Amino acid sequence: MSLLSARDLTYIYSQKTPFEHKAVDSVSFDIERGDFIGIIGHTGSGKSTLVQMLNGLIRPSSGTVMLNGCDIWENPKEIRSIRFKVGLVFQYPEYQLFEETVEKDIAFGPTNMGLKELDIRQRVLDAASFVDLNSELLPKSPFDLSGGEKRRAAIAGVIAMDPDILILDEPCAGLDPLGRDVLLTQIYRYHKQRNNTVILVSHSMEDVATVCDKVMVMNRSHLEMFDTTQQVFSQGERLASMSLRVPQITSIVDTLISSGIPLDKGTLTVEKAVEDITEYMKREGRL
Amino acid sequence: MRDITLGQFFPTDSVIHRLDPRVKIVSLMAYIILIFCTFNYYALALMAAAAIFIVLISRVPIKMYLKSLKVIIVIVIITSILNLFYGQGTPIFQWGIIKVTWAGINNAIFVCVRIVCLLLLSSALTFTTSPTDLTDALERLLKPLTIFHVKVHEIAMMMTIALRFVPTLLEETDKIMAAQKARGADMESGNIVVRIRAMVPVLIPLFISAFRRAYELAVAMECRCYQGGEGRTRMKQLHMTGRDYASIIFTLSVIACVVLLDVLFAPVL
Repeated sequence: MSLLSARDLTYIYSQKTPFEHKAVDSVSFDIERGDFIGIIGHTGSGKSTLVQMLNGLIRPSSGTVMLNGCDIWENPKEIRSIRFKVGLVFQYPEYQLFEETVEKDIAFGPTNMGLKELDIRQRVLDAASFVDLNSELLPKSPFDLSGGEKRRAAIAGVIAMDPDILILDEPCAGLDPLGRDVLLTQIYRYHKQRNNTVILVSHSMEDVATVCDKVMVMNRSHLEMFDTTQQVFSQGERLASMSLRVPQITSIVDTLISSGIPLDKGTLTVEKAVEDITEYMKREGRL
Repeated sequence: MRDITLGQFFPTDSVIHRLDPRVKIVSLMAYIILIFCTFNYYALALMAAAAIFIVLISRVPIKMYLKSLKVIIVIVIITSILNLFYGQGTPIFQWGIIKVTWAGINNAIFVCVRIVCLLLLSSALTFTTSPTDLTDALERLLKPLTIFHVKVHEIAMMMTIALRFVPTLLEETDKIMAAQKARGADMESGNIVVRIRAMVPVLIPLFISAFRRAYELAVAMECRCYQGGEGRTRMKQLHMTGRDYASIIFTLSVIACVVLLDVLFAPVL
């Protein structure tokens, strides 16, 4: 039994008006425990709508979402409990901060779960350390933090609910390169330590290539591909036809391959490329 | 909340959509006055027929009109019932202090038809005219007031901006509500106090973002040297075409016919 499965998920906005728009069209997939999955796709391909269906924020027009084998909409009154199990961090989550202190804001989720005060306190501290948020910042007002700190505080607010599945919608959008790296590393570390499932929606192929095991490709409301990261990124031309590209290093290696140098298709990291090229040059006796 | 329809622009293509918005506003005002100048059933029937004709050629689904009628149906029923029982004259039906007279029945029918016509025609205006066209036309129509130092352009600009940001803020509210719901916020249950308290996590971020947007818009406008009304030209010039003159003639003939029917037949009110 898969942890999370989608069967023929379809969502139509503004049904039966001139604004009608099919955002997600019969999407099916299975996600296993411990997966780190990337979702890529052009703007408007339905990524955000899809992830909002996974934690029951929007109800599919048709199709089902199964968590541990149970339809999440079986009992609509209990949908809130699904949201604690499938944590969703929205795009630009810093705009949802509202409490007087960072600590209270991170505690909002756990408090809604009805936990005891002591547990909440512990969870806030854990979540803050997961996103590398200095404990000196906890008593401050969230509006006094820097942009990157706000973002991390908001993400901590979802991590504090300790969800089985953590979904992040463009967590790195608008951050500087260093901020991106730090945040991505923190998320990866969190995934490794808790061994839980993470879904990362991103526009950055580099980010997806560095951290994800598997990649879903959305194109015009359809799920176009769902495979290992290497498999997906070794199909550069197919991605290009969907206005997507492969990571820069993959495209460099692809160019080298097409000029006759035997390297691996779908090379994802600079480190691996350097290793392979060095080995090739040694073999050729040029190094 | 995204599906909210409150006299909203409905972009289909029809003769009414393509009319000059100034003509539409002035005609609506004329019709509103005319609705209350119908004193017998012939005039009222003609008025209702004209309203239904306009609704039909506007090519907006009747369902949309019914939706906006639903909002005021309670008011219509209550005023009709009150009018029914408060008529003067000899009762045709009496039960205790409740009596129904012919005058009462007439009153009730007139009130009901008049309010429905009023709503249909004003919905026809808002369904077929985009908010920017509306404020544009208002600015033009109010222009004579500038001689009394009324800042017509600035008022129109504020209206445009306010209307422009209604959908944006609705969308923003949607997003923030979704984000807080994702953290387990419960906004659907509990008594009124609990529910109002539950709105705090939505309202604070919403206000902050509204102020941020206002500030950013002001900066963007200043960057483009926005000065206000003096010497400004516009991208979309309003022109009267044959279509507009035809619609004016139609409106005038409806007015003439209603007045004629009023004069020809005895008033029932």
